[in-house]
Amino acid sequence: MKEKDILDGEASRLEGMTELKHLNEEVVTSLSREKGEPDWMLKKRLYSLSVFESKPIPTWGVDLSGLKLDDLAYYVKPDVEKVDSLSDLPADLKKTFDALGIPEAERNFLAGNGIMYQSEVIYERMKDRLAKQGVIFMSMDEAVKKHPDLVQKYFMTRCVPPTYHKFAALNGAIWSGGTFLYVPKGVKVSMPVQVYYLVDHPSMGQFEHTVIVAEDDASVEYIEGCSAPMYVKGGLHAGIMEIFVGKRARVRVTTIQNWSKNIYNLVTKRAIVEEEGKMEWVEASLGSKVTMLYPASVLAGRGARAEHFYVSMAGDGQVLDTGAKIVHAAPDTSAYVLSRSISKGSGRAIYRGQVRVNPGATGCSSSVKCDSLLISDESSTATFPTEEVYEPDADVSHEATAGRIAEEQLFYLMSRGFSEEEARGLIVRGFMEPVTKKIPLEYAVEFNKIVEAEVKNGVA
Amino acid sequence: MTLNVEDLYVSAKNGKDILNGVSFTLPDGGVHVIMGPNGSGKSTLALTLAGSPDFVVKSGKVEFDGVDLLSLGPDQRAKKGLFLAFQKQVEIPGVPLKDMIWEAYRVRWSGSGRPSIIDFRKNLSATASTLSFPETFLERGVNEGFSGGEGKKSEVLQMLMLKPKLAILDEVDSGLDVDSLRVVADAIKRFVEDGHSALIITHHFDLLNYIEPDVVYVMKGGKIVDEGDITLARIIEREGYSRWGGEQAGRDD
Ligand SMILES: Nc1ncnc2c1ncn2[C@@H]1O[C@H](COP(=O)(O)OP(=O)(O)OP(=O)(O)O)[C@@H](O)[C@H]1O
Ligand SMILES: [Mg+2]
Repeated sequence: MKEKDILDGEASRLEGMTELKHLNEEVVTSLSREKGEPDWMLKKRLYSLSVFESKPIPTWGVDLSGLKLDDLAYYVKPDVEKVDSLSDLPADLKKTFDALGIPEAERNFLAGNGIMYQSEVIYERMKDRLAKQGVIFMSMDEAVKKHPDLVQKYFMTRCVPPTYHKFAALNGAIWSGGTFLYVPKGVKVSMPVQVYYLVDHPSMGQFEHTVIVAEDDASVEYIEGCSAPMYVKGGLHAGIMEIFVGKRARVRVTTIQNWSKNIYNLVTKRAIVEEEGKMEWVEASLGSKVTMLYPASVLAGRGARAEHFYVSMAGDGQVLDTGAKIVHAAPDTSAYVLSRSISKGSGRAIYRGQVRVNPGATGCSSSVKCDSLLISDESSTATFPTEEVYEPDADVSHEATAGRIAEEQLFYLMSRGFSEEEARGLIVRGFMEPVTKKIPLEYAVEFNKIVEAEVKNGVA
Repeated sequence: MTLNVEDLYVSAKNGKDILNGVSFTLPDGGVHVIMGPNGSGKSTLALTLAGSPDFVVKSGKVEFDGVDLLSLGPDQRAKKGLFLAFQKQVEIPGVPLKDMIWEAYRVRWSGSGRPSIIDFRKNLSATASTLSFPETFLERGVNEGFSGGEGKKSEVLQMLMLKPKLAILDEVDSGLDVDSLRVVADAIKRFVEDGHSALIITHHFDLLNYIEPDVVYVMKGGKIVDEGDITLARIIEREGYSRWGGEQAGRDD
């Protein structure tokens, strides 16, 4: 058994894993059979496949020509069986998760903890107390079998239907893994539930599918972290997250994305928020070659609210295209979006957002702020806001700023003894703070460190 | 610590000459005061000593504890024990003041014997309270939205915590209310009594009631045109700067 930490390793532990290389009806059917799924799920997969095949690769915005779908392993079954305890994981995996601080997080502040490795969830655990309260936290694969009616109600129905876009359809066809998190009426889960995604394969697609349901008056916080070792040559992550926020319920989703810098990260995230409910998205993006990430909040009930907080760091060669899609579909709904991005070298962090106020949705307000910091002369940024407002009383605002680190700030900090690099790091940390303060401290510290290191290296 | 400034000529980046041959020597533990009309070059001198990129040293020498200060970057100067309390504070949004001070302390004083972060924080709170600087301000971004007086206190607090050998205080007494002036003056007094040196730039006599200066310089038109003891400050307080020649003597524009 290799004892190296997978994230800094050169070779994966691929021997003994089965892969599905091509995508067609046969492959999809056999995967569904293998997983022992009910018929409706197979039908959904096949329908999604047909949608996927009928839609072209999107050509707006970001260049996806480097994405080689034919080279992908669409499904990789890990060589590890599901374990009940983190200590039962193979040594190299265990070492990786130790380094990521996962056992510690589970002990200290998580209500539930899960790990997805390659295409399967290999570990999940939830506090007994929550199970007694009726909270369901399990892999989507398992939920399809154990709670078919519940899953069928929410899985790619009114939140993210297969027709949403090409990569949503792809996920619908070949999805594997992901989480089903169900919080019954009135249950407030005080500590976060977390799932960690690890890819350890030179070129695979990870297509997890997560559904979170918070019934009326419930609340829950879900954290996801992702990484892949540097040897990964390419690959695609096209997960889906569908969220249902009941009346007066509250859901917060925090994603800390640190894929290796050659992965295409094309994810779909959408929440439907009922009366007086609140959805919060916290997106911290560091990794990937290309990210297209536009979490959507559909404010479907009167007084529903959404907050989107994004921070991204686009280093050399990266394109991080992120934004919020807000649909005001009911009166008195409100949204607040704050995006802070950093572009370094040839990196490009872009904000692409949409605000729509439907006819009849009176008394709505949306405030979008995006601030970009450019670290080097060649780095660039852009914002593409779209607004569609059908009610004249809507209060919709969009503010964007772009700038560089001020000389006088550098000098001030240097006069306190900080080197130029340290000073830059501090300024960048401060710039991100309005968003990073939303991330659990344990991760925010790590996130800041990574960004500061990135900002420091090769600025001169 | 000794500071030896010799025939310093400095211009702004746009070419404008500001300092036209400044010389003085500040001995260890000394307290020197520079007074002078607006625009005479006091802040330029302070910023140049701290290593500001806004100014170009045309000629002259500055020795700080025997090393050629002008060859060092601003951070190296700070590490050698030089500190500048800025006349105009700079905001670093989102970086809590208390974190910045702790990290600055850490880069300045590495190695053993350094207090733990917990002891340091306690000391920081205690020091802030001697300045009547509200604890909550330590949580705010560095100088973020500070009022004029609060900004000055933030500078003095940083000085007290970082314990430089020499503090250049550029108008830390401007904009302070009566009570604040007293606590800030007391703090500087203690700092000096502990054996640190200070170069105080001020327009007002009040601060000097607390801290007896060794020498008072008069700067005008980018030159030191006179020096004396505290009586010189009293004269300036009474008469202004007219005795040192007509308006803008020595200025080239
Ligand atoms: N970066 C700069 N570029 C051009 N001119 C400058 C620059 N900085 C200062 N000056 C000019 O140099 C002169 C001296 O400025 P300085 O700030 O040193 O004066 P000071 O003695 O500190 O004045 P005050 O008492 O008002 O603080 C002024 O005329 C000012 O306008
Ligand atoms: Mg000045």
